Amino acid sequence: MNQLLTDTLHTAPMMGTILLSLIVIMINALKKNSLPWEYWVSLLGIAANILLAIWTFPLRGTAFADTVMTGGFASLTAIIFLVASGLTIILSRDYIEKIGVNYGEFYHLVLMAAVGMMALASGTDLVVTFIGLELMSVCLYVLAGFSRRVLKANEAALKYFLLGAFATGFFLYGIALIYGATGSTNILAIAQNMPAYKADPLFLTGAGLLFVGFAFKIGAVPFHMWVPDVYEGSPTMVSAFMSTGAKAAAFAALLLVFTASFDFMAASMNTVFAILAVASMLVGNIVAIAQKNVKRMLAYSSIAHAGYMLIGITAGGDVSLSGVLFYLIAYVFTNLGAFGIISMVENAEQQGTDLEHFKGLYYRRPLIAVMMAVFMFSLIGIPPLAGFFGKYYIFVAAIENGYTWLTIIGVLTSMVSVYYYLRVVVLMFFETAEQGEGPHIAIDGTVALLISTFGVVLVGLFPSVILDWMGRLF
Amino acid sequence: MIPHVLNFILFIPLIGAAIVLLARRNNDAVRWTGLLFSLVTFIVSLALYFGYDPENPAMQFVEKVSWIPSLNVSYHIGIDGISMLLVVLTTFLTPIVLLSSWKSIQKQVAAYVALMLVLETAMIGVFVSLDTFLFYVFWELILIPMYFIIGIWGGKDRIYATVKFFIFTMVGSLLMLIAIIWLGYYASTLPGGEFTTDITRLFDIAPTIPLHLQSWMFGAFALSFLIKVPAFPLHTWLPDAHVQAPTGGSVILAGVLLKMGTYGLIRFNIQFFPQASLEYASLLSILGVVGIIYGALVSMVQKDVKKLVAYSSVSHMGFILLGLFGVTVQGMQGGIIQMINHGLSTGALFLIVGMIYDRRHTRMIEEFGGLARQIPVFATFFMIVTLSSIGLPGLNGFVGEFLILIGSFQSEVLGSIWYVVFASTGVVFAAVYMLWMYQRVVFGESRNPENAKLVDLSAREIGLLLPIILFIVWIGVYPSTFLSKSEPTVQRVVEKIEQVQRGEALTKTVSQP
Repeated sequence: MNQLLTDTLHTAPMMGTILLSLIVIMINALKKNSLPWEYWVSLLGIAANILLAIWTFPLRGTAFADTVMTGGFASLTAIIFLVASGLTIILSRDYIEKIGVNYGEFYHLVLMAAVGMMALASGTDLVVTFIGLELMSVCLYVLAGFSRRVLKANEAALKYFLLGAFATGFFLYGIALIYGATGSTNILAIAQNMPAYKADPLFLTGAGLLFVGFAFKIGAVPFHMWVPDVYEGSPTMVSAFMSTGAKAAAFAALLLVFTASFDFMAASMNTVFAILAVASMLVGNIVAIAQKNVKRMLAYSSIAHAGYMLIGITAGGDVSLSGVLFYLIAYVFTNLGAFGIISMVENAEQQGTDLEHFKGLYYRRPLIAVMMAVFMFSLIGIPPLAGFFGKYYIFVAAIENGYTWLTIIGVLTSMVSVYYYLRVVVLMFFETAEQGEGPHIAIDGTVALLISTFGVVLVGLFPSVILDWMGRLF
Repeated sequence: MIPHVLNFILFIPLIGAAIVLLARRNNDAVRWTGLLFSLVTFIVSLALYFGYDPENPAMQFVEKVSWIPSLNVSYHIGIDGISMLLVVLTTFLTPIVLLSSWKSIQKQVAAYVALMLVLETAMIGVFVSLDTFLFYVFWELILIPMYFIIGIWGGKDRIYATVKFFIFTMVGSLLMLIAIIWLGYYASTLPGGEFTTDITRLFDIAPTIPLHLQSWMFGAFALSFLIKVPAFPLHTWLPDAHVQAPTGGSVILAGVLLKMGTYGLIRFNIQFFPQASLEYASLLSILGVVGIIYGALVSMVQKDVKKLVAYSSVSHMGFILLGLFGVTVQGMQGGIIQMINHGLSTGALFLIVGMIYDRRHTRMIEEFGGLARQIPVFATFFMIVTLSSIGLPGLNGFVGEFLILIGSFQSEVLGSIWYVVFASTGVVFAAVYMLWMYQRVVFGESRNPENAKLVDLSAREIGLLLPIILFIVWIGVYPSTFLSKSEPTVQRVVEKIEQVQRGEALTKTVSQP
C-alpha cells in the first residue's frame, strides 16, 4: 500500500492528468452549459499538473515495478505535453465554436491524449509504451474527425486510423519479436544484457519493426504519406496538437528506447536513421515549395523537421539527446503558434487557409502577422530564435560524432526551406491588403500566441535555462 | 572613460527601437526619437575612437559574460583597430539615414525607424563580436530588418529583390555555420582542448589546422563573405537589392552591409587561416580585379543612376578585395580606408540619387540634363561626391585606391604586376562612367520640362550631406587620423601571415589588455 502511494506520488503529473480528464468529462456529463467550466478547469488543472511535474523533477527513478520512469526525463517531457495541450485548449476555445463543433469532449480528448503521451514518453516497459501510444492515437483519431460533418475531416480521420492501425501492427509485432529474443519487455532489463542480443537477428528485426512504428508517428519519410492529408483535413488546432504533442511524444519515446537504453544498437541502426533523416529533409522541404495551402505546407515542413531531429538521433550520445529535446521544445512553441494563427485566419467552413488568404495580414492584424513572421523565421532557423538554437545544438552533436556530411545536407535543405517560409511573410507584409475586416481574434487566443512568441524568443535567447535541466534527466 | 561603453553602443539603438514602437502613433515623435537615439549612439561611439590605444595588441573595451555554458558560448565583445573604424562608420551613417528618410518615408514610419535601429544594433554587433556564435547571431539578425526595409518600402520589384537578397545571404551563411561548429569541434580534439567559439582563442587554434582541412573552412567562410561583399560572380543580388531598396536602405546596404563581407574576410579568413589565405590569395585577388573591371564596364552602360551607382559598388569592392589579399601592410590599410571611403562616397551618392528621385520620381539619366543651372547647390554636392568616388587626389577615394595599388604592386604573395595593371584600368573606367553620367545629368540642355520645376536642396538635405563631405575631404587631406588607428592591428595581421610563410611559430594572441 505504501509503495503504491509513493509510486502514485512520483508519477503525479500523469496521475493528475488522468484525474483531470475524468473530472472534465464528468462536468460535461453532469452540468448544463458546461463548456466554460470545462475550459477553465482544464486550464487550471494543466497549470497544477505542470507544477507537479516541476516538483517531481528531482525524483528520478522508476515506479510501478519498473514499468514507468519518474522525474527527470519523464517530468520534462510531461511539461512539454502539458504546455502543448494547454496552448491547444486555449487556442481551440474560439476555434471549435467558430467551426460549429463546440462539444466538451474536445477538452477531455486532448487531456486523455496528453496522458497517452506521458505514458509513451515515460514507459520503461514496452507494454506501457504501447498502451501510451494507443491511448494517444485513439484520442487523436477521434479528434481528427471531430468536425464530423466536414468530408475532409472524415477522410483525414479514416486515413489516420487505417494507417495508424497498420503502424500499430508493426509496433506490436516488434515487441513480440523482442520478447521472443530476450524474454522480457522491460527495456531497462534488456539494456543491461544488451551485448548478448547485439547480433541476434530476431532482436534486430524486432527493434527494426519497433522503429517503423515510431517512424510512422513522427512522420519520417517513407512513412509520411498520411501527414499532409491528415494535417490538412483535421480541424486546424487538432493538426497543431498532432504536429507538436504527438510528434514530441513519439520522439521522446524514440530517444528513450533507442538513444538512452538500446545505446549500442543505435550504432548499428545509424545508417537507417541517417537515410530516413536525409529522405525526410529532402522530401519535406522540396514538396513544401509546391503547396498552396498553408496547413499542407506546414505538414511537409513538419516532415522536414522530423528529418532534422533524426540527425540528432543518428548522432547519438548525450548532446544529441538534449539537442533533440531542445528542438522539440522549440518546435512545440513555434508550430502551435503558427497553426494557432492559421486557425484564426480560417473561416467557419474550415476553408480559407490558402496562401492567398494571408495577403496583407499585417495591414489588418499587425500583431498576429508579426507573430506569424517570428514563427516562420524560427522554422527557417534565424537566430536568436528558438528554432535556430535547436538546429545549432543538433548540428554540434552531429559534427562531434563525425556526421558532418549529414549536417551539410541538413543545411542545404534548410536553404530550400527559406523559400516557402518566406513566401508567407512576403504575402503578409509586402502584398497590399484586401478589402474588408481582418479575421476575428479572441483575447485568450492572443494570449496563447503571445506565450508561444515569447517562448520562441526567450528559449532562443537564453537556451541555458532549459539546457541546465538537460544535465539532470536520468 | 565610460565603463562598459561598448555595451551601451550596442544596445542604445535597441532600446531606441523599443521606445519608437511604444510611441508608434505619432510619426514626428517617432522620427525625433529615432534620430535622438542614433545620435546618442554616435556620440558615445566617439569614445571608442578617442579611447582606443593602437599600441595595445589586445582586443579593447572587452566585455565577457558567459551565455550558454554547456556549449562554451559567451557574450564576448571587444574591438581592435579595424573594427573600431567600422563601428564608428556605422554609428555615423545611421543618423544620416534616419534624417534622409524624414520626408520620403510616410507609411509605417514607426516600423521603419525601429527596423533601422535594430539593424544598427545588429551591424555594430557583427563588428564587435569576439565569439563566432555571437557573430553568427548578429550576422543573421541583419537579414530580418533589411528584408523588411526592402520589402515594405522598396520599389516595384521589391519582393523579387528582397527574397533574392535573403536567399543569397542565407546560402552563404549556413555553410559558414557548419564551419563555425567544425572549428569549435576541432578545438575540442586538441590535447586539453574543449569546444570553443571564442574568437581570440581560435586566433591561435585555427591556424594549426592542416592545410587541406583549412581550405574547406576557408572556402565555407569565404563563400559567405564574398556573397556579402559582393565579389564577381556572386554579385547578382546587389543591383536588384540596391535599386529596389528605399534610399535609406541603399545607403546602409552600401555603407555598412557590404563592409561586413570584407571585415569578415580579414577577421576570419585571413586571421584564422593564414596558410589557406596564402594559397588562395591570387584567386581572390583575381576575383577582385575581375570585379573592378566588370563593375566598371557594366556601370558604363546603365541608364538608371541608382543602378549605375550599384554596379560601381561592385567595382569599388573589388579594389578592397585586391587590397586585402595582396597581404601587405599598405594594401590592407588601403583596403580598410577604402571600406570607410566607399561607405561615405557611395552612401552619399545614394542619398543624392534619393533626393533627385523624391523630386522627380525617376532616376533615368535621359530624363535629366541642365540641373546645374536649375539647382546649383545640388549640382555642387553631386560634383564633390562624384569626384570622391572617382578617386580624385585630395579627396578620400584617391588615398584608398593609391594604397591598394601600391600594396599589390609590392606584394610578394601576388608576385605579378598584372594585377595592378588591370586594376588601374578600373580607375580610368570609373572616371569615364561617373563623369559621363554627371555630365548627362547636370550639364547640357534639360531634356524634360519637368526639370524646370525642381527645387534646390533644403536645409535638412544640406545638413545631412555636409558631415559626409567633411570626412570625404578630411580623409583625402589627412588620412593618418584614421590610418594611424588601424595600422598596428594591420601590421600584426600581416606579420602573422609572413610568419606562416617563413614557416615560423606563430606569435600568441594577447587575450587580455
